[in-house]
Amino acid sequence: MLEIRQLHKSYPIGDSSLHVLKGIDLSVKEGEMVAIMGSSGSGKSTLLNIIGMLDEADQGDYILDGLPIKNLTEKKAAIYRNKFLGFIFQSFNLINYKSALENVALPLYYQGMKRKERLELAMFHLEKVGLADWAKHLPKELSGGQKQRVAIARALAADPKLLLADEPTGALDTKTSHEIMEFIQHLNDEGKTILMVTHEEDIAAMCKRNVRLRDGIIIEDKMVEQVRAQLYV
Amino acid sequence: MFDLDLWREIFQSINMNRTRSLLSGFTVAFAILLFAILFGIANGLQNTFQEAFGTDANNSIIIYPGRTTKANKGLQVGRRIQFKNEDREFIKDTYGDKVQFITSKVNKSVTASFKGEKNDYQLRGIYPEFMFIENNVVKEGRYINQNDINNKAKVVVIGKKVEEELFFKETAIGKYINLSGIQYKVVGVFTDDEGDSEESIIYIPISTIQRVYGNNDLVDFMHLTFNPEMSSAQALAFGMSLENKLKERFDVASSDQRAIRIRNMAQGTQKVDMMTASLSVIILVIGFGTLIAGIVGISNIMIFIVKERTKEIGIRKALGASPRSIVSIILIESIIITAIAGYVGLLVGMGVLELATPVLKDYFIKDPGVSNSLVAGATITLIIAGAIAGYLPAKKASQIKPIVALRDD
Ligand SMILES: Nc1ncnc2c1ncn2[C@@H]1O[C@H](COP(=O)(O)OP(=O)(O)O)[C@@H](O)[C@H]1O
Ligand SMILES: [Mg+2]
Repeated sequence: MLEIRQLHKSYPIGDSSLHVLKGIDLSVKEGEMVAIMGSSGSGKSTLLNIIGMLDEADQGDYILDGLPIKNLTEKKAAIYRNKFLGFIFQSFNLINYKSALENVALPLYYQGMKRKERLELAMFHLEKVGLADWAKHLPKELSGGQKQRVAIARALAADPKLLLADEPTGALDTKTSHEIMEFIQHLNDEGKTILMVTHEEDIAAMCKRNVRLRDGIIIEDKMVEQVRAQLYV
Repeated sequence: MFDLDLWREIFQSINMNRTRSLLSGFTVAFAILLFAILFGIANGLQNTFQEAFGTDANNSIIIYPGRTTKANKGLQVGRRIQFKNEDREFIKDTYGDKVQFITSKVNKSVTASFKGEKNDYQLRGIYPEFMFIENNVVKEGRYINQNDINNKAKVVVIGKKVEEELFFKETAIGKYINLSGIQYKVVGVFTDDEGDSEESIIYIPISTIQRVYGNNDLVDFMHLTFNPEMSSAQALAFGMSLENKLKERFDVASSDQRAIRIRNMAQGTQKVDMMTASLSVIILVIGFGTLIAGIVGISNIMIFIVKERTKEIGIRKALGASPRSIVSIILIESIIITAIAGYVGLLVGMGVLELATPVLKDYFIKDPGVSNSLVAGATITLIIAGAIAGYLPAKKASQIKPIVALRDD
């Protein structure tokens, strides 16, 4: 599904530069549920963003589903993001003047799907996250957990191969976090490949594999016995 | 390519962010409002000018003969220059289509009577072309025609004033009036917007007047219009050439100022043209100024809007929006806001002008209107302006990196 070899990334800071990723090797197979861990500033988001084509590596190879991702034009990147990837963010990133339903339908709009069809499909996904009754509501009328569920529905709408989540529970209380995790586990059970950034041990324990970053390299990569979130709900 | 979904996206964005849209629209509306009013006033000034110069064909040239003041080629001073019918043919042959219409004229004073009524008028012998030179309008019946010339017909066309004075409530057409003892049939009545004096005239075929008064082919003076496509400089040159050619023909010294005189309306026209041209330049400058101010204004606000929408644009890109679709959204939103706001400004401006027309009349500003073609032009200009105003911000928006837009801070 995903192959990364000797990936480097630095950010220019004034005259010098900050070497954030110093040679990352990572390979993820279909159906995996991986937690990328590490302390704040260790480069987790940077790695995830490169995987998500929101950012580009300086060096190294990245192959997604057999496609080498390198020197993409903006247009190509947009198409790949739309086709292969679903994003879930810590701060939800819903469009504030669009209803929950319209937010979920947006990736389908960019796929060129007809309005009626995409609203139907968006409704189906909203139902899956249990928010059918909230379809017409604006994000500001929803709780944090509800917003994240809308974001999950949106990430799933275009049926991506890979789901990328950057601290999806970072802005939620423990109870809601567990609800969201239960939902994500459920998606993984259905076969979706999931890559998640977190710095919380208990959330990482709910994944099947933990990758730990420190000082720009992977210091640990292990399979874990998945803790089911259901136990906490 | 009409993409309904794209428009829906844009209208939702405009509608859900009303304050923002109103704010950006206001600049444009105000600029166009100002422009409409200034334009209307300038337009009104121009109308006043034009009216002052009447509607006599302003491409007309009158050629007067006089007496020589200089000896030339052995001919003595004080010789009288006399035009004849053939001189008209000479001018026509020499200048071809530089001459639009040309007539020779013979003027007499006559006493005209009908039944008991009697009055003195000017009688003018003319060719049919004179109607276009003088801008006479036939009110009833017809004008002098070529048949009348050929047949030396005893027919006349009378001015509206003549009709009023001699015929009271009777129709003049078909009646016979008596001019110094000879009966002429009235075949037409004309009006002239230069007023009463030009309507107190009786027109007669030139061949008839020449036959009746002396049985000769003598002409008092000639009146022509030059091809209206000539610039005023060309027209002035044409007048000079005409003068020289005629002086040569009549053996007049080229420095003789009195023997043959030419009154070229192009001289006056040139002045009016210059006035009008400078007014047009002023209008243009004002128009461009306000338009550019409007464009800069909306462009600034669009840049601000793009900044405000950075996050949204980042989200859209993360979800698969192409740079092009981002450009479309911002650009079309800018065009719509500019066009609608501009239109509102234009309408309000036109309303203000409408209300102010009676007041402006006192300041020599006549009919300060904004024409339909201007509205059409303004619409196109506004759309282009909106596109220009939106282009930079749109480009900027499309270059936003999703990673930068989505960073949490
Ligand atoms: N665009 C950027 N420009 C400069 N420095 C950056 C940029 N993005 C991230 N960084 C820096 O790179 C390091 C890693 O950031 P990040 O990947 O966000 O860490 P994490 O998600 O693990 O907290 C941090 O020190 C951060 O300040
Ligand atoms: Mg992070």
